Amino acid sequence: MILTLGHFLSLGAILFALSVIGIFLNRRNLIVLLMAIELMLLAVNTNFVAFSHYLHDMHGQIFVFFILTVAAAESAIGLAILVLLFRNKSTISVDELNTLKG
Amino acid sequence: MTVTTGLFYVFSTIMLLAAFRVITARNPIHAVLFLVLTFFQAAMIWMLLKAEFLSITLVLVYVGAVMVLFLFVVMMMDINMENLRHGFWKHFPFAAIVGVVIALEMSAVLMGGFRVVEDPAGSVGAAAPAAANVSNTKELGKLLYTQYLYPLEVAAAILLVAMIAAIALTLRARKDSKFISASDQVRVKARDRLTVVKLAGTKPAVVPSADAPSAEK
Repeated sequence: MILTLGHFLSLGAILFALSVIGIFLNRRNLIVLLMAIELMLLAVNTNFVAFSHYLHDMHGQIFVFFILTVAAAESAIGLAILVLLFRNKSTISVDELNTLKG
Repeated sequence: MTVTTGLFYVFSTIMLLAAFRVITARNPIHAVLFLVLTFFQAAMIWMLLKAEFLSITLVLVYVGAVMVLFLFVVMMMDINMENLRHGFWKHFPFAAIVGVVIALEMSAVLMGGFRVVEDPAGSVGAAAPAAANVSNTKELGKLLYTQYLYPLEVAAAILLVAMIAAIALTLRARKDSKFISASDQVRVKARDRLTVVKLAGTKPAVVPSADAPSAEK
């Protein structure tokens, strides 16, 4: 039995589905939501690296590099907003974020 | 069944178990630690795909920096988990159905459609077959600094913006601190502190002559 591209893509698909389940389950907990988004990006990156390897094309890995950059920026700003939210409301529950509700 | 296949199954099993624990862990610190394990296994799988540079970058940047940031933030907050996990398992059946459908459909398509097996000729490096002796890092660097130079600079600008935004969001000046600015203290002039007020000359009060001797005594 030899590894095919399908194995890696299926791994990415299962990981993506797990993080979708995580977003459903932890709808109130903002910090676990951020972690689930990181897992989704990891699944996508795994797909990119697998395609890049099997198709002998380096451009996929370049794309992974940029996705990592943007994901790092996203998590830094997300955590900063989270800290600000906790400072103002003393909770990170998504249910409390209804200030803009009319 | 080669060694690589066995390693792939070991890594992916640990990775999926750790990812499952990330989304179900009761304690957010445990969730972050399982996320670190997930990223580590992903780095190993990328190593199997001969993407050494990205694999090590994932460990250094993600496990080393971003996950430690997560850990700091989680430890800094006093989170009441009982309130946050209220109704956690109520949504589980629906979420599980959606997740299983996504995973099964994608796997069915992907396993059937992508039966690409790595050919032995190109297995020395993940790069183009013409440059089989060049390492992955060198190949990536060549592309990054020639064809992708402009996107690389945009990525640097994105990181700078993220850094400034994170600092600007969380910076606050405390109103109640007794902090004294040393440079303001040194630069102060005498006329800022001491004000000479010109007063109009006043005559001495006219005292009644009868009281004056008794006051002096």
